[in-house]
Amino acid sequence: MNVPAKPNDYSAYPTPEGRFGDFGGRYVPETLMPLVLELDAAYAAAKADPSFQAELDGFLSHYVGRPSPLYFAERLTEYFGAAKIYLKREELNHTGSHKINNCMGQILLARRMGKTRIIAETGAGQHGVATATVCARFGLPCVVYMGAVDVERQKPNVFRMNLLGAEVVPVTSGSATLKDAMNEALRDWVTNVHDTYYLIGTAAGMHPYPMMVRDLQAVIGREVREQVMAAEGRLPDAIMACVGGGSNAIGVFHPFLNDEGVRLIGVEAAGDGLETGRHAAAINGGRPGVLHGNMTYLLQNDDGQITEAHSISAGLDYPGIGPEHSWLHDVGRAEYLSATDTESLDAFKLFAELEGILPAIESAHAIARLGEVARQVGKGGVLVLNLSGRGDKDVATVAAHLGRTI
Amino acid sequence: MTTARIDARFAALKAEGRAAFVAYVMAGDPDRETALKILKGLPAAGADLIELGFPFSDPMAEGPPIQRAAQRALAAGMTTRGTLDLVRAFRESDQATPIILMGYTNPLFVWGYEAFARDAAAAGVDGLIVVDTPPEEAAPLAAALDVNGLSLIRLATPTSDDRRLATIVRGTTGFVYYVAVTGVTGVKEAVADDVAPAVARVRKASGLPVAVGFGIRTPERAAAIARVADAAVVGSALVDEIVAAKVVNEDVTARVLSKVESLAKAVRSARLGRAV
Repeated sequence: MNVPAKPNDYSAYPTPEGRFGDFGGRYVPETLMPLVLELDAAYAAAKADPSFQAELDGFLSHYVGRPSPLYFAERLTEYFGAAKIYLKREELNHTGSHKINNCMGQILLARRMGKTRIIAETGAGQHGVATATVCARFGLPCVVYMGAVDVERQKPNVFRMNLLGAEVVPVTSGSATLKDAMNEALRDWVTNVHDTYYLIGTAAGMHPYPMMVRDLQAVIGREVREQVMAAEGRLPDAIMACVGGGSNAIGVFHPFLNDEGVRLIGVEAAGDGLETGRHAAAINGGRPGVLHGNMTYLLQNDDGQITEAHSISAGLDYPGIGPEHSWLHDVGRAEYLSATDTESLDAFKLFAELEGILPAIESAHAIARLGEVARQVGKGGVLVLNLSGRGDKDVATVAAHLGRTI
Repeated sequence: MTTARIDARFAALKAEGRAAFVAYVMAGDPDRETALKILKGLPAAGADLIELGFPFSDPMAEGPPIQRAAQRALAAGMTTRGTLDLVRAFRESDQATPIILMGYTNPLFVWGYEAFARDAAAAGVDGLIVVDTPPEEAAPLAAALDVNGLSLIRLATPTSDDRRLATIVRGTTGFVYYVAVTGVTGVKEAVADDVAPAVARVRKASGLPVAVGFGIRTPERAAAIARVADAAVVGSALVDEIVAAKVVNEDVTARVLSKVESLAKAVRSARLGRAV
């Protein structure tokens, strides 16, 4: 790959072909291509239609509970003794994470397109729960593909989806985790092209999904901008978020891309440690390739076979990352750090004890790097961490790692 | 130019007035040695063209049979390089049967399109079917293949309207692969009555022979498709024979080739080739 030129306007991407530099694109089987083009046109029309945005805003306010607060984390700030730390409270949204922002937008689009059946993939189950929720709200049948391994480690979320009327299909092919769930959802879509809408949960996959999911999650960053201006009278020095596929991160980053004074920091899952090879850090431990419809950084071997990701967090346990992150990394606009399972568990405990909030184990990865970034930013600085989800779903996992039975 | 092998084979079949039987097998399934024996036996068993799958870890358009075949092949150590080695070994005894590699983009991207195309041509490959490279993304790969005389075989599907078809066939060579069902390989059944008008449309748009695949499992169905298309492709049903042979402890190669014989015989006796 060529060393990419620094763009004048970061927010002008992707191109109409869905490219962020070399990344992105539409690498899909021909059967799906007409659907992908139709979706692209339908989304462009919806985006240009004020009534679509008004309808979405109404549901975000009254059903999701937006805007989510920007909360000054006083005790964490004192603990690290450096930059002021603010938390963007996405875990307070209906269903407990940022995932609902995207689902609400896409379900309204699916309805506009006349689709009558919704499918989705899920890792931790947060996206599955959010999808099942909006399907219940609008009375559409919902099938959620979930790796059999994840079904086992996220049982409460499986039950939540069932309660919401969704069918959860355990996927046993491949490594039986998120990437295989996505393969299976794509196989369903290719089979049921006429009536089915594929509601992808992260800012990855074929164009227009990375752009559309980003746009729908950018409400996070827009709110942060207003809220931090109200609280501090200036933009933050740094914004942090965990990154798996990267939808919460791109959502909070995107409205700040052209503010080059704001450091944008994503934190990948380092699993047992980058050096062990057992991790889920596509940027820190992978290289460019093509999977699930897009060109992006991937975990893979020399033959181009996708290798298994490893993370304590089912939501970050994916061998790829959204293409816009790959590009932001290559052009140097965003930084990508990583945190191991152990570091994230420590961060989970610290955060719960200091702030009285159980963070999602996904979000705990960003929290694990919070101290060092706060010190880099220094006293007098302002740092925003996107708390993408709540940790109730992770209590059993955390207990198991602490050697406790509950 | 190696594309010549595809053109020569279809021209010869047209003269015979019959459709081609195309056998799909996965490189390295169940192991390298057996896969090579199967490959070498295919022409004598009646395969007019060969589609050789190169395994990928995440084959999003495959049903369970070919997914598992890819997993067996990878577990047995097969790679994209290993696939070209198989082709090279096959070419020692067969210079006439076209070989089309079929698989996914990433192994080729990682190899580098130019280097891969050069090595594939040298090994004796005639064309590529890359399931997740649609026309919109094909330019760099197509250019590299073209320079080396390899065809990038395009896929048309039941979702391709006339406008889309024009995009699909632009600049294509060899033949066009018509995916007979909306779905993954080896699950739904292709219906000859639905396929016939589609094949005619694709043939008209491309001016090339049309091979039909996905959803052909039995000699009867292969014959029905061979009456309306220029080639009938069978994959999952052959791959299933590998599993079936292992279950009853039969000779894998013999069982697969025997299935190929029955399918090829049905295609040959369908007796209606290209009904232009």
